[in-house]
Amino acid sequence: MRVLPPVAITAIVLIAGFALSALQFPNIASTRVVADLLTDNAFLGIVATGMTFVIISGGIDLSVGSVIGFTTVFVALAIERWGVPPWLAFAVVLALCAAFGAAMGAVIHVFDLPPFIVTLAGMFLARGASFLLSTESTPITAPIYAAVSDFAIRLPGGGRLTAIALVMLAVVIAGALLLHLTRFGANVYALGGSRTTTALMGIPVGIVTVQIYMLSSVLSGLAGIVFSFYTAAGYSLSAVGVELDTIAAVVIGGTLLTGGQGSVIGTFLGVLIQGLIQTYINFDGTLSSWWTKIATGILLFVFIALQQGMVAIARRSPTSKAGAKS
Amino acid sequence: MPRLSYRGLAQIVALIAVLAIDRIVSPQFFDLRLQDGRLFGSLIDVLNRGAPVALLSLGMVLVIATRGIDLSVGAVMAIAGAIAASLADGHGLWLVLSAALGAGLVCGLWNGFLVAVLGMQPIIATLILMVAGRGIAQLITEGRIVTFTSPDLTWLGNGSVLGLPVPVVIVGGMLIVTGAVVRGSALGLLVEATGGNARASALAGIGTRATILAVYAWCGLCAALAGVIAAADIMGADANNAGLWLELDAILAVVIGGTSLFGGRFSLALAVIGALIIQAMNTGILLSGYPPEFNLLVKAVVVLAVLLLQSPRLTGFFRAAAQLRRAKA
Repeated sequence: MRVLPPVAITAIVLIAGFALSALQFPNIASTRVVADLLTDNAFLGIVATGMTFVIISGGIDLSVGSVIGFTTVFVALAIERWGVPPWLAFAVVLALCAAFGAAMGAVIHVFDLPPFIVTLAGMFLARGASFLLSTESTPITAPIYAAVSDFAIRLPGGGRLTAIALVMLAVVIAGALLLHLTRFGANVYALGGSRTTTALMGIPVGIVTVQIYMLSSVLSGLAGIVFSFYTAAGYSLSAVGVELDTIAAVVIGGTLLTGGQGSVIGTFLGVLIQGLIQTYINFDGTLSSWWTKIATGILLFVFIALQQGMVAIARRSPTSKAGAKS
Repeated sequence: MPRLSYRGLAQIVALIAVLAIDRIVSPQFFDLRLQDGRLFGSLIDVLNRGAPVALLSLGMVLVIATRGIDLSVGAVMAIAGAIAASLADGHGLWLVLSAALGAGLVCGLWNGFLVAVLGMQPIIATLILMVAGRGIAQLITEGRIVTFTSPDLTWLGNGSVLGLPVPVVIVGGMLIVTGAVVRGSALGLLVEATGGNARASALAGIGTRATILAVYAWCGLCAALAGVIAAADIMGADANNAGLWLELDAILAVVIGGTSLFGGRFSLALAVIGALIIQAMNTGILLSGYPPEFNLLVKAVVVLAVLLLQSPRLTGFFRAAAQLRRAKA
């Protein structure tokens, strides 16, 4: 018995939320607001794409926020203080992130440790490393930053689709293709379904695990670069707590936290829902920012409870006894 | 099987080692002096500053022993602190305390309900309150930092009993109460059984749901107490920063205390010692003049080291190596 797929529910929530907001504040339904929504949440969309892979594989990555913070500091110092050309700085930092993610994935696989606690150590490590680099906010004045922030595709109605929003959309599309059309993507789903079965099928579980965490860390690095474009600065305290927003976006997007089910498109919609809540609160003016957290918490609860119900239904139906989860 | 007599030796040695390093870093580390009927000194400071994390770890250790985890303790601290600070001026201490602790209990019961009744994964279930809780705390303080002057509540953070700071006495008291309840009855056994194998325990007639509900409720209560102490200490509540990241310290303290994240056997006293080790490291880094940011790196290394020691794969490897050596000999 197929009920509505989770992504459809997410889409309905987003559309209904947008419609209700637009009814109350007609200005929300403009290309300007929608384009800003994409720009403001560009970094979140990029990290959340990586997190989707991790969560579908049955893991979790708590280090993403710290990796973003580290990246912004590293890029800012490399460009401003060490005189490294920006493109080289980006390449170096992405390579560092890849190595970092690969190390976490290797520790998780080789020592058979819970991803939660390994990436927690990674979170401390990355944040600590960025503090060691610099505790001050370093402004970035390189010409490329000005050039990129000036670049935008003008939409009818005054909206500006900025470069970082385009990067996010590209990552989301590439992520969706990678997850749904490649062998790697199939392996990720298999790993989330059951690790033992996956290993028995002859899939190199270790390599896939390393690749998944590498992907997540590289995308966090990319999100960090985008974040540095967004704020034109590098600061070791930037993106504190982003891991929570990211996990929330993935869950609201219909990805099963126990792994094995989910989609990048759903995550993208989840990011947009969070952005919409923020935009609504900004438009309202009387609601304070903490309502964002409460609303996100409530949405999280609703979606997780929904998933729980669907899993229970799936378990009860005689055709699918695949529930290997304890 | 681990021999019980050696249990805790590693933690105590580690604590002594960290304290010894602190002594090298700061020669007057062990100096104690009595002033106005209260002991002062770095050692007392470690106990005093470590009190909130020690309280959190008392609740957390039970949750982890049932194979769960509670990410929301930092947010619960913020909520309890916000309630205590908002009520402190104009209400009696008992009302303030029962409101704050009651809120913590409700938060814990909510987490327990999600885990035990709805069957959610503990990380996910408590993540909800971790996200929303700080928002709720800000709702209570209306986004401001609420300060108070009530001497009763301040005493909880800054007063002293028999020369010891009140937070230290509270931690000692809670350790004794928790220990008496858990080890004096079959409760501790039920908790360990639930963590070891929830299904088998349920089949053996253990009320696993009630057990899980109880440990999360207790964890919420401990977190609320920690929140009240933290608020009393600074005579105010900052919903944004109170208890921020302390859930991680509490989990770390429990793990250092030798309780496995995979549930089962646990030790309350060792979890508190774990909290003291963390605080002794923090204090040592502060005294040594290194930037406090250095803390995070040290903590990361400690987490990794402890994890590797706990890793089933690594202990299996060592055991196999030992067997090989014995076979050769």
